[in-house]
Amino acid sequence: MPIIKVEGLSKKFGELTAVNNVSFEVEEGAIFGFLGPNGAGKTTTISILCTLLSPTSGRASIAGHDCAKEPSEVRKAIGIVFQDTTLDKDLTAYENLMFHAYLYDVKKGEMRKRIDDALHFVGLFERRDDLVKKFSGGMKRRLEVARGIIHRPRVLFLDEPTLGLDPQSRANLWEFIIGLQREYNTTIFMTTHYMEEAEVCNKIAIIDNGDIIASGTPDELKKTVGGDVIYINTPDNQKAKLEIERLFNVAVTEKDNELFLPALNGDASIPEIINAVGGKVLSVRLQRPTLNDVFLRMTGRQIREQNGSAEDTVRESVRAYRRRHG
Amino acid sequence: MVEANAVYVLIARDFKKFVREKSRLVSTLARPLIWLFLVGGGMSRFVSPGDGVTYMQFIFPGILGMTILFSSIFSSISIIWDKEFGLMKEILVAPVSRLSIVIGKALSGTIISTIQCAIILFLFPFIGIKLGLTAIPYTIAIAFLLAFCISALGIVIATFIENMESFSAIMNFIVMPMFFLSGAMYPVQKLPDILKLVAKLNPLTYGIDALKHSIFRGSVVPDFPLLADLGVLAVSSIVFVIAAGYFFERKK
Repeated sequence: MPIIKVEGLSKKFGELTAVNNVSFEVEEGAIFGFLGPNGAGKTTTISILCTLLSPTSGRASIAGHDCAKEPSEVRKAIGIVFQDTTLDKDLTAYENLMFHAYLYDVKKGEMRKRIDDALHFVGLFERRDDLVKKFSGGMKRRLEVARGIIHRPRVLFLDEPTLGLDPQSRANLWEFIIGLQREYNTTIFMTTHYMEEAEVCNKIAIIDNGDIIASGTPDELKKTVGGDVIYINTPDNQKAKLEIERLFNVAVTEKDNELFLPALNGDASIPEIINAVGGKVLSVRLQRPTLNDVFLRMTGRQIREQNGSAEDTVRESVRAYRRRHG
Repeated sequence: MVEANAVYVLIARDFKKFVREKSRLVSTLARPLIWLFLVGGGMSRFVSPGDGVTYMQFIFPGILGMTILFSSIFSSISIIWDKEFGLMKEILVAPVSRLSIVIGKALSGTIISTIQCAIILFLFPFIGIKLGLTAIPYTIAIAFLLAFCISALGIVIATFIENMESFSAIMNFIVMPMFFLSGAMYPVQKLPDILKLVAKLNPLTYGIDALKHSIFRGSVVPDFPLLADLGVLAVSSIVFVIAAGYFFERKK
C-alpha cells in the first residue's frame, strides 16, 4: 500500500511552473529520495505535501488523506525537518521538544518519555537544558530530527537534511535516519542535491525543471547508464588487449596507457581477466556508475555544475509573485 | 474549533521568554515611566485640565493605555520574527487550527501586557490618585480587555508583513498615531473634527476612556459611556480575531 500518492501535480507561480504534472508513489516504510538540482521543484512539492501550499492542479494524498482537502489529518500523519532551522533559539532543546509535544497533543503521561527517548536517539540528552542558540549546525539539525519524531509520524519529510553540515555530522545524521526506518518503520521522504547521499534510498525520483525525468531503485537507475567499467594496466598492453578480446568477446580500448572495457558484473570479472593475461598486471581498478552519471545522462549536465544564478532567478520570481499576489 | 493544548503552549512559550528576558521588561516599563513623570510632570506646570486633577493625574489612564499598546503590539509583532527565523513554519504544519494560533498568540500578548499595566497602575499613590479596593481589579479587568483587543489587532498587522524592515513603519504610521489620537494626552473632544473622527475609529480611545471611568469615577468626565467603551472593545476584538484567523489561513 503506497502511503504517499501524487497524481498529475502541478504548481504555478504566475508564469513560472515550479512543478509540472508530477506523479509518483511511495510505499510505507521506504526511504524515498527526491533528487534534483536547486530550484528543480523539490521544496515546492514538499510544501504541497505538507499542506503549506495548495497545488494549481492535480492531487496529493498521504495515508489516504487529501493534502489540500484534509490538511489537519495529513498534518497528524507527518513530521518535517525543513531546509532552514525552525527551532526557537531562545528556548532550550528540551523546551523546543516540549513545545512540539503540546502542539501535537501528545498524551501528558507519555510526553516526558518520548522527549527523553528522542533526545537519546540523536545523542543530545546531555545537552537538553542548553539554549538552542549555543548549538552547532549539526546539533540543531539532529534536534529537529528528534522533534520530528516525537509525535510518531508515519511519514517524515527531510528537506535537504545535510545542507551546510560537515562530513562527520552528515554521516551521523544518516545513521539516525536509517535507524528511524528500522526502529519505527517510519516512511522517509527526503530531498537532496547530493547524489551520493541518495544511495541509502529504496527508491529515487529525479526531478529537473519541475518534471520527473527518471525514477527507480538506485541500482535500476545506474543500469540505465550501463554497467561497470574495468581499467587495467599490464607490462604489455597490446598483447593483453588481444587476449582479453579473444576470451571475453568484448571491445577493449586503450587510452593513456591503460586498457578499459565494459563489464556487467565488474567485481566478479576482475579475477577472470587477471587470469586471462597470465597474472601480469601492474594495476587494476573498477569504476561503477554513480547517480551523478544518471543525472548527466538524463539532462546532459552535472547536477552541481549550474551556476547559482538559475536558482536565484527561480527563487526571486517566486518571491516577486508572492509579493504581488500575497 | 480551538485546541486548548496549542493555546496553552503558545502562551507558555511567550511567558517563559518574557520571564527570561529581564531587559525587555525593564525597557517596556521605562517608556511609560518617562512619559508619566518627565512629560506629565513637566507639562503639569503649564497645563491644567480642570476637574480638580493635575495634568500628570489626567494622563495616568493614557499612560496605562500606552503600556498596553506598546507591549501588545510588540508581542504580536514577534510573529514576524517567528516567520523570519522559521518557527512559524513548525507551528503552521502542526495539526492545530489557525484560530487556535491566533487566540494563543493574542492571549499571551494580553497576559504579558496586563501584568506590565498592573505594575504601572500600582504607582497611583505616588501621583496623588486614590483608588479603592474594588477600583483596582476593575481597572485590571478593563486593561485585560483592551490588551486582548490590541494584541489581536497586532496579529492582523503581522499577517501582512513578511520581514522586520517594516517594523519602524508600523511604529511610526500605526502605533504612534494610535497613541496620540486616543485621548491619552489630551481629551478627544478638543481635537479638530477630522482628527476626532480618526480617534473615534481607534480602539485604544475606548480603552483609555474606560480606564478613565474606573480610575476617576466621575471626577473627570469621560467622552463616552462605559458600556459603549466596553462594547466597542469587545466587538472589535472579535472582528480582529476572525480577520487574523482568516488572513493566517490563506495559502499561496
